[in-house]
Amino acid sequence: MSDEMQEGPQGEVKKFMYVNRKAPYGTIYALEALEVVLIGAAFDQDVSLAFIDDGVFQLTDGQKTDDIGIKNFSPAFRALGDYDVTKLYVEKESLEERGLTRDDLMDLTWEDEDNDWEEKPSIRVVSREEMKSVLSDQDVILSF
Amino acid sequence: MKFAIVVNEGPYTHQASDTAFQFAKSVLAKGHEIVRVFFYHDGVNNGTKLAVPPQDDRHIPNNWSALAKENELDLVLCIAAAQRRGILDEKEAGRQGKDSNNVIDGFRISGLGQLIEAGIQADRTVTFGD
Repeated sequence: MSDEMQEGPQGEVKKFMYVNRKAPYGTIYALEALEVVLIGAAFDQDVSLAFIDDGVFQLTDGQKTDDIGIKNFSPAFRALGDYDVTKLYVEKESLEERGLTRDDLMDLTWEDEDNDWEEKPSIRVVSREEMKSVLSDQDVILSF
Repeated sequence: MKFAIVVNEGPYTHQASDTAFQFAKSVLAKGHEIVRVFFYHDGVNNGTKLAVPPQDDRHIPNNWSALAKENELDLVLCIAAAQRRGILDEKEAGRQGKDSNNVIDGFRISGLGQLIEAGIQADRTVTFGD
């Protein structure tokens, strides 16, 4: 659709933060949030994602949904790097409260074109304190 | 100030749409501008013309529709979210081979790009949801 490809007025770049708070299945919020991120990537804005509360489950590795009859959309997170979405902040306390560690999450990377296409990790595990300052630094926060 | 408003829940089950509506009215009353109200997730159900709530209750879709007419608001239903939930305007119903449509006057269907664009244009983006 043509309206999904245009840039902001005067080429303005804002800091967009998508906050993911819900588990990947059980409600549609996580899937539809990812759809916004993928469409939004066409707008050349400064994009970050935050994963807090049950949202951290969205990034767990080895998701298997055959038995619930719902599509496993987690592979789409691996494509984010190709859309220049390279900053995925995951809250450490949310992981810990759910018995998860970084090793339970997918290995998401992006290729740095300014650095000989070096593969770099997209996931940044940050403390609740650090997450506060990341969030307060944004222009537009969309919470799902 | 320019506001973008995002409504992520349907009418009646959640208060989000009511609160967003009151917020929109207040914003306009204070002389601010609303660049767009974007309805996403179950929020697209606020745009149905087939809702028939009890007469002693507020009519949420009609209220939005009237507010849009009075203030020339841009109320946008996300097309992807609307298609999933059976919310179709006349054009979309024709395109999908459906024999009926149900979008109330004052709303239009468009893409998610309209949400991002609103976020860019507005000074504040305010989300109403769970």
